[in-house]
Amino acid sequence: MLPNKQMSLLGYFVTIILAMGFKILPLPVMLSNINPDWVLLALIYWTLAIPEKLGVFNAWVVGLFVDVLTGRLLGQHALAYALICYACLKLHKRLRQYPVLQQSLFIFCSLLVSQMLIFWIENIKQPTEFTTAFWAPVFLGTLCWPVVYSALRYIRHLGHIG
Amino acid sequence: MVLVSIVLLAVEHRSSRLDGSRSILSILVYPIQLLVSLPVEMTEQMYETVVSYTELKKENKRLKEKQLIDSVKLLKFAALENENIRLRSLLENSFKLGEQVLVAELLSVNLVPYEHVVVVNKGSRFGVHKKQPVLDANGIVGQVIRSLPLSSEVMLITDTNHAIPVQVNRNGLRTIAIGSGLLNRLNLPFLPNNADILPGDLLVTSGLGGTFPQGYPVAVVDKFTVQPDQPFADIYATPKAKLDKSRELLIVWTDPTPVPLTLPEIKVETEPKVENSENVTE
Repeated sequence: MLPNKQMSLLGYFVTIILAMGFKILPLPVMLSNINPDWVLLALIYWTLAIPEKLGVFNAWVVGLFVDVLTGRLLGQHALAYALICYACLKLHKRLRQYPVLQQSLFIFCSLLVSQMLIFWIENIKQPTEFTTAFWAPVFLGTLCWPVVYSALRYIRHLGHIG
Repeated sequence: MVLVSIVLLAVEHRSSRLDGSRSILSILVYPIQLLVSLPVEMTEQMYETVVSYTELKKENKRLKEKQLIDSVKLLKFAALENENIRLRSLLENSFKLGEQVLVAELLSVNLVPYEHVVVVNKGSRFGVHKKQPVLDANGIVGQVIRSLPLSSEVMLITDTNHAIPVQVNRNGLRTIAIGSGLLNRLNLPFLPNNADILPGDLLVTSGLGGTFPQGYPVAVVDKFTVQPDQPFADIYATPKAKLDKSRELLIVWTDPTPVPLTLPEIKVETEPKVENSENVTE
Protein backbone atom coordinates (compact mmCIF):
# COMPACT_ATOMS: atom_id res chain seq x y z
CA MET A 1 0.00 0.00 0.00
CA LEU A 2 1.31 3.37 -0.92
CA PRO A 3 1.36 6.14 1.62
CA ASN A 4 -1.68 8.40 1.73
CA LYS A 5 -0.07 11.34 0.03
CA GLN A 6 0.97 9.41 -3.03
CA MET A 7 -2.35 7.58 -3.20
CA SER A 8 -4.26 10.83 -3.31
CA LEU A 9 -2.03 12.24 -6.02
CA LEU A 10 -2.39 9.02 -7.99
CA GLY A 11 -6.17 9.26 -7.72
CA TYR A 12 -5.94 12.88 -8.78
CA PHE A 13 -3.91 12.13 -11.90
CA VAL A 14 -6.05 9.19 -12.93
CA THR A 15 -9.32 11.09 -12.57
CA ILE A 16 -7.98 14.18 -14.36
CA ILE A 17 -6.83 12.03 -17.28
CA LEU A 18 -10.22 10.31 -17.33
CA ALA A 19 -11.94 13.68 -17.30
CA MET A 20 -9.81 14.81 -20.26
CA GLY A 21 -10.90 11.65 -22.04
CA PHE A 22 -14.54 12.45 -21.35
CA LYS A 23 -14.05 15.94 -22.66
CA ILE A 24 -12.99 14.74 -26.12
CA LEU A 25 -15.29 11.70 -26.24
CA PRO A 26 -16.75 11.26 -29.72
CA LEU A 27 -20.45 11.82 -29.12
CA PRO A 28 -23.33 12.54 -31.45
CA VAL A 29 -23.65 16.24 -32.23
CA MET A 30 -26.59 16.76 -29.90
CA LEU A 31 -24.72 15.35 -26.93
CA SER A 32 -21.35 16.90 -27.68
CA ASN A 33 -22.96 20.33 -27.69
CA ILE A 34 -23.98 19.89 -24.07
CA ASN A 35 -20.93 17.93 -22.91
CA PRO A 36 -19.88 19.72 -19.71
CA ASP A 37 -16.32 20.58 -18.77
CA TRP A 38 -15.43 17.44 -16.82
CA VAL A 39 -11.83 18.50 -16.30
CA LEU A 40 -12.89 21.64 -14.47
CA LEU A 41 -15.32 19.70 -12.27
CA ALA A 42 -12.63 17.19 -11.31
CA LEU A 43 -10.16 19.99 -10.75
CA ILE A 44 -12.55 21.84 -8.43
CA TYR A 45 -13.21 18.69 -6.45
CA TRP A 46 -9.55 17.89 -5.92
CA THR A 47 -8.70 21.47 -5.06
CA LEU A 48 -11.39 21.42 -2.38
CA ALA A 49 -10.35 17.98 -1.15
CA ILE A 50 -6.58 18.37 -0.93
CA PRO A 51 -5.91 22.11 -1.14
CA GLU A 52 -2.56 21.74 0.62
CA LYS A 53 -1.14 19.65 -2.23
CA LEU A 54 -2.59 21.35 -5.27
CA GLY A 55 -2.04 24.92 -6.26
CA VAL A 56 -2.84 27.42 -8.95
CA PHE A 57 0.17 26.40 -11.00
CA ASN A 58 -1.09 22.85 -11.13
CA ALA A 59 -4.45 23.99 -12.47
CA TRP A 60 -2.65 26.15 -15.00
CA VAL A 61 -0.64 23.18 -16.29
CA VAL A 62 -3.79 21.06 -16.55
CA GLY A 63 -5.34 23.91 -18.52
CA LEU A 64 -2.39 23.94 -20.90
CA PHE A 65 -2.84 20.24 -21.53
CA VAL A 66 -6.52 20.75 -22.23
CA ASP A 67 -5.62 23.55 -24.64
CA VAL A 68 -3.34 21.26 -26.60
CA LEU A 69 -5.81 18.40 -26.44
CA THR A 70 -8.64 20.45 -27.85
CA GLY A 71 -6.52 22.45 -30.28
CA ARG A 72 -7.23 25.86 -28.76
CA LEU A 73 -4.84 28.77 -28.38
CA LEU A 74 -2.32 27.93 -25.68
CA GLY A 75 -3.32 29.56 -22.39
CA GLN A 76 -7.05 29.80 -22.89
CA HIS A 77 -8.17 27.00 -20.60
CA ALA A 78 -5.06 27.57 -18.50
CA LEU A 79 -6.20 31.09 -17.66
CA ALA A 80 -9.75 30.03 -16.81
CA TYR A 81 -8.69 27.05 -14.71
CA ALA A 82 -6.05 29.01 -12.82
CA LEU A 83 -8.55 31.74 -11.89
CA ILE A 84 -11.16 29.27 -10.70
CA CYS A 85 -8.61 27.23 -8.82
CA TYR A 86 -7.53 30.39 -7.06
CA ALA A 87 -11.11 31.08 -5.99
CA CYS A 88 -11.45 27.49 -4.78
CA LEU A 89 -8.28 27.75 -2.74
CA LYS A 90 -9.45 30.98 -1.14
CA LEU A 91 -12.91 29.63 -0.33
CA HIS A 92 -12.21 25.97 0.30
CA LYS A 93 -12.79 26.12 4.05
CA ARG A 94 -16.22 27.61 3.59
CA LEU A 95 -17.16 25.55 0.54
CA ARG A 96 -16.39 22.29 2.28
CA GLN A 97 -18.99 23.03 4.93
CA TYR A 98 -21.73 23.78 2.44
CA PRO A 99 -24.33 21.19 1.52
CA VAL A 100 -24.06 19.87 -2.02
CA LEU A 101 -26.89 22.06 -3.22
CA GLN A 102 -25.15 25.20 -2.10
CA GLN A 103 -21.90 23.99 -3.60
CA SER A 104 -23.71 23.56 -6.88
CA LEU A 105 -24.35 27.29 -6.92
CA PHE A 106 -20.62 27.93 -6.66
CA ILE A 107 -19.99 25.32 -9.37
CA PHE A 108 -22.51 27.05 -11.60
CA CYS A 109 -20.69 30.36 -11.16
CA SER A 110 -17.27 28.86 -11.84
CA LEU A 111 -18.43 26.96 -14.92
CA LEU A 112 -20.05 30.13 -16.18
CA VAL A 113 -16.92 32.21 -15.58
CA SER A 114 -14.72 29.64 -17.30
CA GLN A 115 -17.09 29.27 -20.23
CA MET A 116 -17.35 33.04 -20.57
CA LEU A 117 -13.58 33.53 -20.48
CA ILE A 118 -13.10 30.89 -23.13
CA PHE A 119 -15.88 32.30 -25.26
CA TRP A 120 -14.46 35.78 -24.90
CA ILE A 121 -10.98 34.72 -25.97
CA GLU A 122 -12.39 32.78 -28.93
CA ASN A 123 -14.37 35.84 -29.84
CA ILE A 124 -11.26 38.00 -29.92
CA LYS A 125 -9.60 35.45 -32.17
CA GLN A 126 -12.57 35.23 -34.51
CA PRO A 127 -16.07 36.60 -34.01
CA THR A 128 -18.38 33.83 -32.85
CA GLU A 129 -22.13 33.79 -32.59
CA PHE A 130 -23.57 33.80 -29.10
CA THR A 131 -26.30 31.18 -28.96
CA THR A 132 -28.45 29.68 -26.25
CA ALA A 133 -26.36 26.54 -26.59
CA PHE A 134 -23.70 28.45 -24.67
CA TRP A 135 -25.64 27.76 -21.47
CA ALA A 136 -26.18 24.03 -21.94
CA PRO A 137 -22.76 22.78 -20.74
CA VAL A 138 -22.91 25.15 -17.77
CA PHE A 139 -26.30 23.90 -16.59
CA LEU A 140 -25.51 20.26 -17.26
CA GLY A 141 -22.18 20.62 -15.48
CA THR A 142 -23.97 22.00 -12.44
CA LEU A 143 -26.45 19.14 -12.53
CA CYS A 144 -23.59 16.67 -12.79
CA TRP A 145 -21.75 18.10 -9.80
CA PRO A 146 -23.43 15.94 -7.11
CA VAL A 147 -22.61 12.82 -9.14
CA VAL A 148 -19.02 13.90 -9.74
CA TYR A 149 -18.69 14.87 -6.10
CA SER A 150 -19.83 11.53 -4.74
CA ALA A 151 -17.93 9.54 -7.36
CA LEU A 152 -14.66 11.30 -6.68
CA ARG A 153 -15.21 11.12 -2.93
CA TYR A 154 -15.70 7.40 -3.30
CA ILE A 155 -12.46 7.13 -5.24
CA ARG A 156 -10.66 9.20 -2.63
CA HIS A 157 -11.99 7.07 0.23
CA LEU A 158 -10.99 3.90 -1.60
CA GLY A 159 -7.39 4.77 -0.94
CA HIS A 160 -8.08 5.98 2.65
CA ILE A 161 -6.90 9.42 1.84
CA GLY A 162 -7.19 11.97 4.53
CA MET B 1 -0.26 33.24 -13.72
CA VAL B 2 -2.92 35.36 -15.35
CA LEU B 3 -0.27 37.53 -16.95
CA VAL B 4 1.62 34.50 -18.23
CA SER B 5 -1.58 33.14 -19.76
CA ILE B 6 -2.36 36.40 -21.48
CA VAL B 7 1.16 36.67 -22.82
CA LEU B 8 0.95 33.10 -24.09
CA LEU B 9 -2.37 33.81 -25.77
CA ALA B 10 -1.08 36.96 -27.41
CA VAL B 11 2.16 35.37 -28.61
CA GLU B 12 0.41 32.39 -30.10
CA HIS B 13 -2.24 34.47 -31.73
CA ARG B 14 0.30 36.66 -33.50
CA SER B 15 3.12 34.28 -34.36
CA SER B 16 4.01 30.63 -34.60
CA ARG B 17 6.79 30.78 -32.07
CA LEU B 18 5.09 28.41 -29.66
CA ASP B 19 4.74 25.54 -32.10
CA GLY B 20 7.67 23.73 -30.51
CA SER B 21 6.21 23.70 -27.03
CA ARG B 22 2.85 22.73 -28.40
CA SER B 23 4.34 19.72 -30.13
CA ILE B 24 6.05 18.61 -26.92
CA LEU B 25 2.80 18.88 -24.98
CA SER B 26 0.94 17.15 -27.76
CA ILE B 27 3.15 14.08 -27.45
CA LEU B 28 2.15 13.93 -23.80
CA VAL B 29 -1.57 14.11 -24.49
CA TYR B 30 -1.48 11.74 -27.47
CA PRO B 31 -2.06 8.68 -25.24
CA ILE B 32 -5.30 10.25 -24.00
CA GLN B 33 -6.52 10.64 -27.56
CA LEU B 34 -5.60 7.04 -28.28
CA LEU B 35 -7.38 5.94 -25.12
CA VAL B 36 -10.55 7.74 -26.11
CA SER B 37 -10.62 6.37 -29.62
CA LEU B 38 -9.91 2.84 -28.36
CA PRO B 39 -13.54 1.75 -27.79
CA VAL B 40 -14.55 2.63 -31.34
CA GLU B 41 -11.59 0.79 -32.79
CA MET B 42 -12.27 -2.19 -30.53
CA THR B 43 -15.86 -2.48 -31.68
CA GLU B 44 -14.70 -2.27 -35.26
CA GLN B 45 -12.18 -5.04 -34.73
CA MET B 46 -14.83 -7.09 -32.95
CA TYR B 47 -17.07 -6.63 -35.93
CA GLU B 48 -14.30 -7.73 -38.25
CA THR B 49 -13.66 -10.91 -36.29
CA VAL B 50 -17.30 -11.75 -35.74
CA VAL B 51 -18.51 -11.08 -39.27
CA SER B 52 -19.24 -14.32 -41.04
CA TYR B 53 -17.04 -16.09 -43.53
CA THR B 54 -19.56 -15.92 -46.36
CA GLU B 55 -20.02 -12.25 -45.79
CA LEU B 56 -16.30 -11.69 -46.06
CA LYS B 57 -16.13 -13.79 -49.17
CA LYS B 58 -18.90 -11.79 -50.75
CA GLU B 59 -17.25 -8.52 -49.85
CA ASN B 60 -13.93 -9.74 -51.15
CA LYS B 61 -15.49 -10.72 -54.45
CA ARG B 62 -17.19 -7.36 -54.76
CA LEU B 63 -13.99 -5.48 -53.99
CA LYS B 64 -12.04 -7.55 -56.50
CA GLU B 65 -14.56 -6.74 -59.19
CA LYS B 66 -14.42 -3.09 -58.25
CA GLN B 67 -10.65 -3.11 -58.38
CA LEU B 68 -10.71 -4.68 -61.81
CA ILE B 69 -13.07 -2.03 -63.11
CA ASP B 70 -11.03 0.71 -61.49
CA SER B 71 -7.75 -0.51 -62.90
CA VAL B 72 -9.23 -0.68 -66.37
CA LYS B 73 -10.42 2.87 -65.91
CA LEU B 74 -6.97 3.86 -64.74
CA LEU B 75 -5.40 2.35 -67.86
CA LYS B 76 -7.56 4.55 -69.95
CA PHE B 77 -6.94 7.46 -67.63
CA ALA B 78 -3.16 7.20 -68.03
CA ALA B 79 -3.51 7.35 -71.79
CA LEU B 80 -5.87 10.29 -71.52
CA GLU B 81 -3.54 12.09 -69.18
CA ASN B 82 -0.64 11.75 -71.60
CA GLU B 83 -2.82 13.00 -74.37
CA ASN B 84 -3.97 15.92 -72.26
CA ILE B 85 -0.41 16.94 -71.44
CA ARG B 86 0.56 16.70 -75.10
CA LEU B 87 -2.38 18.84 -76.13
CA ARG B 88 -1.66 21.34 -73.40
CA SER B 89 1.94 21.62 -74.51
CA LEU B 90 0.63 22.33 -78.01
CA LEU B 91 -1.46 25.10 -76.49
CA GLU B 92 1.61 26.30 -74.58
CA ASN B 93 -0.08 25.66 -71.30
CA SER B 94 1.58 24.06 -68.31
CA PHE B 95 -0.08 21.35 -66.33
CA LYS B 96 0.44 20.37 -62.74
CA LEU B 97 0.64 16.74 -61.92
CA GLY B 98 2.43 14.32 -59.73
CA GLU B 99 0.62 13.94 -56.48
CA GLN B 100 1.69 11.82 -53.60
CA VAL B 101 -0.66 10.53 -50.98
CA LEU B 102 -0.39 9.22 -47.46
CA VAL B 103 -3.14 7.20 -45.84
CA ALA B 104 -4.02 8.49 -42.39
CA GLU B 105 -6.53 7.05 -40.02
CA LEU B 106 -9.02 9.10 -38.07
CA LEU B 107 -8.82 9.16 -34.30
CA SER B 108 -12.28 9.10 -32.80
CA VAL B 109 -12.03 12.22 -30.73
CA ASN B 110 -14.20 15.27 -30.68
CA LEU B 111 -12.21 18.40 -29.97
CA VAL B 112 -14.86 21.05 -29.45
CA PRO B 113 -18.52 21.29 -30.27
CA TYR B 114 -19.51 23.51 -33.24
CA GLU B 115 -16.17 23.06 -34.96
CA HIS B 116 -15.62 20.46 -37.61
CA VAL B 117 -12.05 19.60 -36.82
CA VAL B 118 -10.87 16.00 -36.70
CA VAL B 119 -7.62 14.43 -35.58
CA VAL B 120 -5.72 11.95 -37.75
CA ASN B 121 -2.89 9.70 -36.67
CA LYS B 122 -0.18 10.98 -39.01
CA GLY B 123 1.79 14.05 -38.09
CA SER B 124 4.89 16.03 -38.93
CA ARG B 125 7.00 12.92 -38.42
CA PHE B 126 5.53 11.72 -41.69
CA GLY B 127 6.10 15.10 -43.30
CA VAL B 128 2.55 16.33 -42.92
CA HIS B 129 2.40 20.11 -42.86
CA LYS B 130 -0.12 22.90 -42.58
CA LYS B 131 -2.49 23.65 -45.49
CA GLN B 132 -2.26 20.23 -47.06
CA PRO B 133 -5.42 19.04 -48.74
CA VAL B 134 -7.10 15.94 -47.32
CA LEU B 135 -9.29 13.63 -49.42
CA ASP B 136 -11.22 10.46 -49.11
CA ALA B 137 -12.27 8.04 -51.84
CA ASN B 138 -15.16 10.29 -52.91
CA GLY B 139 -13.86 13.82 -52.76
CA ILE B 140 -12.27 16.62 -50.80
CA VAL B 141 -12.55 16.29 -47.02
CA GLY B 142 -10.70 19.33 -45.78
CA GLN B 143 -7.25 20.69 -45.07
CA VAL B 144 -4.61 20.25 -42.39
CA ILE B 145 -4.70 23.21 -40.02
CA ARG B 146 -2.07 22.08 -37.55
CA SER B 147 0.47 19.33 -37.72
CA LEU B 148 1.84 17.94 -34.48
CA PRO B 149 4.57 15.30 -34.25
CA LEU B 150 2.28 12.28 -33.87
CA SER B 151 -1.05 13.58 -35.09
CA SER B 152 -2.52 16.42 -37.06
CA GLU B 153 -5.72 18.41 -37.00
CA VAL B 154 -7.83 18.55 -40.13
CA MET B 155 -10.54 21.13 -40.68
CA LEU B 156 -13.45 19.75 -42.69
CA ILE B 157 -14.89 21.71 -45.60
CA THR B 158 -18.18 22.02 -43.70
CA ASP B 159 -16.67 24.04 -40.84
CA THR B 160 -18.13 27.53 -40.71
CA ASN B 161 -14.64 29.00 -40.92
CA HIS B 162 -13.73 27.08 -44.04
CA ALA B 163 -14.08 28.25 -47.61
CA ILE B 164 -12.98 26.39 -50.70
CA PRO B 165 -12.70 27.76 -54.24
CA VAL B 166 -14.75 25.59 -56.58
CA GLN B 167 -16.02 25.56 -60.13
CA VAL B 168 -19.03 23.96 -61.73
CA ASN B 169 -17.80 20.95 -63.67
CA ARG B 170 -20.39 21.42 -66.43
CA ASN B 171 -19.51 24.98 -67.48
CA GLY B 172 -16.50 26.11 -65.47
CA LEU B 173 -18.39 28.73 -63.47
CA ARG B 174 -16.16 29.67 -60.54
CA THR B 175 -17.29 30.47 -57.04
CA ILE B 176 -16.52 29.79 -53.39
CA ALA B 177 -18.16 27.15 -51.22
CA ILE B 178 -18.39 27.97 -47.55
CA GLY B 179 -19.01 25.50 -44.74
CA SER B 180 -22.39 25.69 -43.08
CA GLY B 181 -21.66 23.98 -39.77
CA LEU B 182 -23.79 21.01 -40.84
CA LEU B 183 -21.96 17.91 -42.00
CA ASN B 184 -24.12 17.48 -45.10
CA ARG B 185 -24.25 20.99 -46.45
CA LEU B 186 -22.08 23.66 -48.09
CA ASN B 187 -23.29 27.15 -48.93
CA LEU B 188 -22.56 28.97 -52.17
CA PRO B 189 -23.40 32.51 -51.16
CA PHE B 190 -21.71 34.48 -53.95
CA LEU B 191 -23.63 33.52 -57.07
CA PRO B 192 -26.14 35.92 -58.63
CA ASN B 193 -29.75 34.98 -59.25
CA ASN B 194 -29.16 34.44 -62.95
CA ALA B 195 -26.14 32.13 -62.51
CA ASP B 196 -26.07 29.07 -64.75
CA ILE B 197 -26.22 26.43 -62.05
CA LEU B 198 -28.64 23.56 -61.61
CA PRO B 199 -29.37 21.01 -58.90
CA GLY B 200 -27.23 17.96 -59.63
CA ASP B 201 -24.26 19.96 -60.91
CA LEU B 202 -20.91 18.64 -59.72
CA LEU B 203 -18.61 21.15 -58.07
CA VAL B 204 -14.89 20.46 -58.42
CA THR B 205 -11.92 22.30 -56.95
CA SER B 206 -10.81 25.13 -59.16
CA GLY B 207 -7.21 25.16 -57.97
CA LEU B 208 -7.34 28.88 -57.27
CA GLY B 209 -5.89 29.84 -53.92
CA GLY B 210 -3.23 27.20 -54.23
CA THR B 211 -4.24 24.98 -51.34
CA PHE B 212 -6.34 22.42 -53.15
CA PRO B 213 -5.21 20.76 -56.38
CA GLN B 214 -7.46 21.33 -59.35
CA GLY B 215 -10.20 19.01 -60.46
CA TYR B 216 -11.19 16.99 -57.41
CA PRO B 217 -14.91 16.60 -56.72
CA VAL B 218 -16.14 18.63 -53.77
CA ALA B 219 -19.92 18.60 -53.70
CA VAL B 220 -23.12 18.23 -55.68
CA VAL B 221 -25.52 21.16 -55.91
CA ASP B 222 -28.60 20.32 -53.97
CA LYS B 223 -30.93 23.24 -54.01
CA PHE B 224 -31.03 26.44 -56.01
CA THR B 225 -33.47 29.07 -54.86
CA VAL B 226 -33.80 32.40 -56.60
CA GLN B 227 -34.25 35.26 -54.17
CA PRO B 228 -35.72 38.13 -56.18
CA ASP B 229 -35.26 40.64 -53.38
CA GLN B 230 -31.61 39.72 -52.75
CA PRO B 231 -28.56 40.24 -54.94
CA PHE B 232 -27.40 36.65 -54.53
CA ALA B 233 -29.18 33.34 -54.92
CA ASP B 234 -29.54 30.81 -52.15
CA ILE B 235 -27.60 27.68 -53.13
CA TYR B 236 -26.85 24.58 -51.10
CA ALA B 237 -24.57 21.72 -52.01
CA THR B 238 -23.96 18.32 -50.44
CA PRO B 239 -20.31 17.28 -50.00
CA LYS B 240 -19.23 14.28 -52.05
CA ALA B 241 -16.85 12.99 -49.38
CA LYS B 242 -18.41 10.86 -46.67
CA LEU B 243 -17.39 13.25 -43.93
CA ASP B 244 -19.01 11.37 -41.06
CA LYS B 245 -18.31 7.85 -42.28
CA SER B 246 -14.86 7.44 -43.75
CA ARG B 247 -12.13 6.52 -41.30
CA GLU B 248 -9.26 6.40 -43.75
CA LEU B 249 -8.26 9.72 -45.22
CA LEU B 250 -5.65 10.57 -47.83
CA ILE B 251 -3.28 13.44 -47.18
CA VAL B 252 -2.02 14.79 -50.49
CA TRP B 253 1.25 16.37 -51.49
CA THR B 254 1.00 18.36 -54.65
CA ASP B 255 4.11 18.76 -56.69
CA PRO B 256 4.47 22.52 -57.05
CA THR B 257 6.64 22.37 -60.16
CA PRO B 258 4.54 22.25 -63.30
CA VAL B 259 5.43 19.84 -66.03
CA PRO B 260 7.62 21.62 -68.61
CA LEU B 261 6.01 22.58 -71.86
CA THR B 262 7.88 20.40 -74.28
CA LEU B 263 8.62 17.21 -72.50
CA PRO B 264 10.52 14.31 -73.93
CA GLU B 265 9.28 11.69 -71.48
CA ILE B 266 6.23 12.01 -69.35
CA LYS B 267 6.33 10.74 -65.83
CA VAL B 268 3.00 9.73 -64.49
CA GLU B 269 2.71 9.11 -60.81
CA THR B 270 -0.62 7.61 -60.23
CA GLU B 271 -0.89 5.09 -57.49
CA PRO B 272 -3.97 2.95 -57.58
CA LYS B 273 -5.29 2.76 -54.04
CA VAL B 274 -6.20 -0.81 -53.23
CA GLU B 275 -5.47 -0.94 -49.55
CA ASN B 276 -9.14 -1.53 -48.80
CA SER B 277 -8.96 -5.12 -49.92
CA GLU B 278 -6.13 -5.79 -47.46
CA ASN B 279 -8.27 -4.87 -44.53
CA VAL B 280 -10.91 -7.31 -45.51
CA THR B 281 -8.83 -10.33 -46.27
CA GLU B 282 -7.24 -10.43 -42.83
